[in-house]
Amino acid sequence: MQRRTLLASASALMMALAVPAMAQDEPLKVGFIYVGPVSDGGWTYQHDLGRQAVEEEFGDRVETTYLESVPEGVDAERALTQLALAGNDVIYATSFGYMDAVMNVAAKFPDIRFEHNTGYKRAENVGTYDGRFYEGRAVTGTIAGRMTETNKIGYIATFPIPEVIQGINSAYIHAKKVNPDVEMRVVWAYSWFDPAKEADAANALMAEGVDVILQHTNSTAPLAQLQQAGKYGFGQASDMSSFAPAPRISSVYNNWGAHYVKSVGRILDGTWEPEAIWGGIGDGIVAIGEITEAVPADVKAEAEALRASIAAGEYHPFTGPLNKADGTGWLAEGETASDEELQSMNFFVEGIDAQIPQ
Amino acid sequence: MIQLVPRQGVSNGWQIATPLLAVLATMVAGGILFAIIGYDPVAAIRTIFWDPLFGPAASYSRPQLLVKAAPLILIASGLAVGFRAGIWNIGAEGQYIIGGITGAAVALALYPLEAWWLFPVMVLAGLAGGWAWGMIPALLRNWFGASEILVSLMLVYVAQRIAAWMAFGPMRNPEGMGFPGSRNLQQYPSAANPELLTGTGAHWGVVAAALAVLATWFLMSRHIRGFHLRAAGIAPRAARFAGVNPQTLVAFCLGLSGALAGAAGLFEVSGPAGQVTAQLGVGYGFTAIIVAFLGRLHPVGILLAGLLLALTYIGGELAQLTMALPAATVQVFQGMLLFFLLGFDLLTRFQIRRSIAA
Amino acid sequence: MIDPISVFLLLLSASTPILFAALGELVVERAGVLNLGVEGMMIAGALAGFAAAYASGNPFLGFLVAALAGATISMLFALLTQVFLANQVASGLALTLFGLGLAAMFGKPFEGVRAPPMPMGPLRINWIVWLGLAMVPAIWWFLNRSRAGLILRGVGENHDAAHALGYGVRATRAAAVAFGGAMAGIGGAFISIATVLQWTEGMTAGAGWIALAIVVFSRWTAPGVLAGAWLFGGVTVLQLRLQAAGVDVPVQLLSMAPYLATILVLVLISARQKFSRHAGGAAPGSLGINFHALR
Repeated sequence: MQRRTLLASASALMMALAVPAMAQDEPLKVGFIYVGPVSDGGWTYQHDLGRQAVEEEFGDRVETTYLESVPEGVDAERALTQLALAGNDVIYATSFGYMDAVMNVAAKFPDIRFEHNTGYKRAENVGTYDGRFYEGRAVTGTIAGRMTETNKIGYIATFPIPEVIQGINSAYIHAKKVNPDVEMRVVWAYSWFDPAKEADAANALMAEGVDVILQHTNSTAPLAQLQQAGKYGFGQASDMSSFAPAPRISSVYNNWGAHYVKSVGRILDGTWEPEAIWGGIGDGIVAIGEITEAVPADVKAEAEALRASIAAGEYHPFTGPLNKADGTGWLAEGETASDEELQSMNFFVEGIDAQIPQ
Repeated sequence: MIQLVPRQGVSNGWQIATPLLAVLATMVAGGILFAIIGYDPVAAIRTIFWDPLFGPAASYSRPQLLVKAAPLILIASGLAVGFRAGIWNIGAEGQYIIGGITGAAVALALYPLEAWWLFPVMVLAGLAGGWAWGMIPALLRNWFGASEILVSLMLVYVAQRIAAWMAFGPMRNPEGMGFPGSRNLQQYPSAANPELLTGTGAHWGVVAAALAVLATWFLMSRHIRGFHLRAAGIAPRAARFAGVNPQTLVAFCLGLSGALAGAAGLFEVSGPAGQVTAQLGVGYGFTAIIVAFLGRLHPVGILLAGLLLALTYIGGELAQLTMALPAATVQVFQGMLLFFLLGFDLLTRFQIRRSIAA
Repeated sequence: MIDPISVFLLLLSASTPILFAALGELVVERAGVLNLGVEGMMIAGALAGFAAAYASGNPFLGFLVAALAGATISMLFALLTQVFLANQVASGLALTLFGLGLAAMFGKPFEGVRAPPMPMGPLRINWIVWLGLAMVPAIWWFLNRSRAGLILRGVGENHDAAHALGYGVRATRAAAVAFGGAMAGIGGAFISIATVLQWTEGMTAGAGWIALAIVVFSRWTAPGVLAGAWLFGGVTVLQLRLQAAGVDVPVQLLSMAPYLATILVLVLISARQKFSRHAGGAAPGSLGINFHALR
């Protein structure tokens, strides 16, 4: 820790010295490729806020461009190549499905740095970055466990992939911790964004007696339904504060700017390395939106204390004793889950009465 | 009063002039649109239509035109044969998806076998898959008289769901860390459909598209079946008396267009896309219908129309990159182009006259 | 276990957008026109309706504007197919592309703001849901009992005969297309104003395509459209409801089922017509074919 701080301040010093020289140079060109439109109000919107944060932080020293609504698959490699040919010095690819296209293009442009969001393949000039969203779900799960009156909380899941399964497990574990009677209902929407279906999913959960819903999908449709029913939910991907103070009582949102500013800074000062960054609340990548006055003060304080201890690295949301849903042991008392285990997580923890679709 | 009088046959002069007129009209209308929302119209039009061909990065984008146009041309060539005969396959999107899946299935089943014959067998499987999916509406029409327009459209939805099922279930990459999607065929040498000559962009799909243009031109203008097809389209009853079996034609047209769409799917899955995912269908099957009509159902016209559409895609990306033109604006611009091309087609088939009496 | 009434109530509102769009497309297809641009008209309605509801604070005004917007954009299709005699399939696909782009372009100022709340109608069911249900008998009556409906069906079955009888084929079809556009617009606005309460690009997420399937399933009748909307909506609602109750359901296979059912229905009605000469329930005779009067 000490050494890293020292290095950081040394590089900050070098950066300060380098600024006059840099100012005469061409600005650093930073490219982004988005899977959705910047106006999706969710995933891509948050990445674009991150891009704007880079512009704000570095001003004339950077020049950013983006390509939006680039579908995964046949068009990705061409779009990435176009970004590379347009003279970008670093390219951020913001969807999982771009992974192999990034690897192909990066091999052709060894001087350009690439960072791929949510993937797991790296190279000399390719790093990865992702958020520990499950840390945020620990906090919202705690609030959900306290706020439910029916002792049934719901989760609108997207696809059965590790990130989503981590989120469901984390939310359940922490709801259960504060409310031993809580039950979790899971609905798979098989979409990241389908407002009509998300609304149906929220209603289906409420019909089952659920009164607090966590969502992994990106539209505000579930919140709109919760509002009509007078029940509670959380913002996802973006803050969704237009539904505050209720039904949106808090949110887990992606603050990619925290990463982009750091990453671009490292490129500017020449310290960038292809890393596997998996940042959580402590790194600022995963943010908890304001906990509104609909939540009692003691619950709010409890949730904020949890957030603080996760941020400080004092507490890991997957700490034993924990068993898998099939009853086999997973983590012993005090043991924490390894990143490798989490990144391929394909099981529910004990107590969740649902199947992961195969 | 203005009156439309059908021409004797189709006017050759207008056939060449109308697409040019339509492109000009689009440039004017699009230019006005760009000016209204605050972009330099001349620069925008030049970026979309000129830069992909002759701009600074043209050495990359020119071959990419072929890559983007190839599946459209391949599918549209097959569709146009049926459209000439009055047989409306609008489900090429589904045949494309199924062809991609059956072709990829061969490779995935035999992985990691390396053999020279693997790719040819995959092509055959892709053709067969698309053919079979096209034969469903053909047989239902021949046996029961069910509309092939509607059945083929319904089968698109079914195919999309099969793709999602495959990506999450049977074809999921066992080494993919729990993420959906099959193995990447680009990284499986015997199954890959790579660039044939470096820098040309041309993969086997481009070759197949060129062959399809030649073959359908020969079929329609030199072969007796082409004559039957055209006769059936113009005068179905007369054709029947002349000994043309309508059931054979239905099976032939849907089978042919299905097989070509299936092959296009296979070339994309083993080439630019690389893998079977839930988003395997990217709309090429629907866009190809537009291409077929823009090309006036003629093989050479289809070739040019496919390239023109590819130009607006790639030029649109460039306009996003260099001018920050939003993707939605590019989409509106493409919509205008289609409207003008479809509307101006009237001039090739009708003469406009002032009627003598009102 | 699962209370059927609760499922039905969910179904009522879940099926409303596709019910409106499909009822509109039913009238269009009965006039002999196949408009594949439903998705484009729905998204235009979703945006215009949301914008009007947001600006005025009145959700009902939003639906009115949505209907106007859907009808207006559908006139592009009518112009192409009825005046310029362009192919209907290609024109419809172009309309979808254009509508999605246009809505995304003009939607920027309405991002992140909320629609006014929708007052509930009788039985705590949204007024627009009631309107959709009322449209079913109204359209049935129009098509089967009214003189205008008779002309419309005549135009759709055999446009040459209708023309020979002195009816305006193109005007009838243009009017039908406009009605279809208005209904699709309301369907789209239901998603933005009543379901999500926000505008987001691409928010109709394919509902227009489902509406096209429903019309086929309906055998081109208004009660059939209601049944189809409930089947398609019902499969989604039921599988979500079963999931919420902790039942393991094969989602992908189940979601294919309504489309396969539609094909089966189409085959059955076609076969019945082919083998027993028992007309009724088949596709309109002139569906998808453009009309040009020689005189």
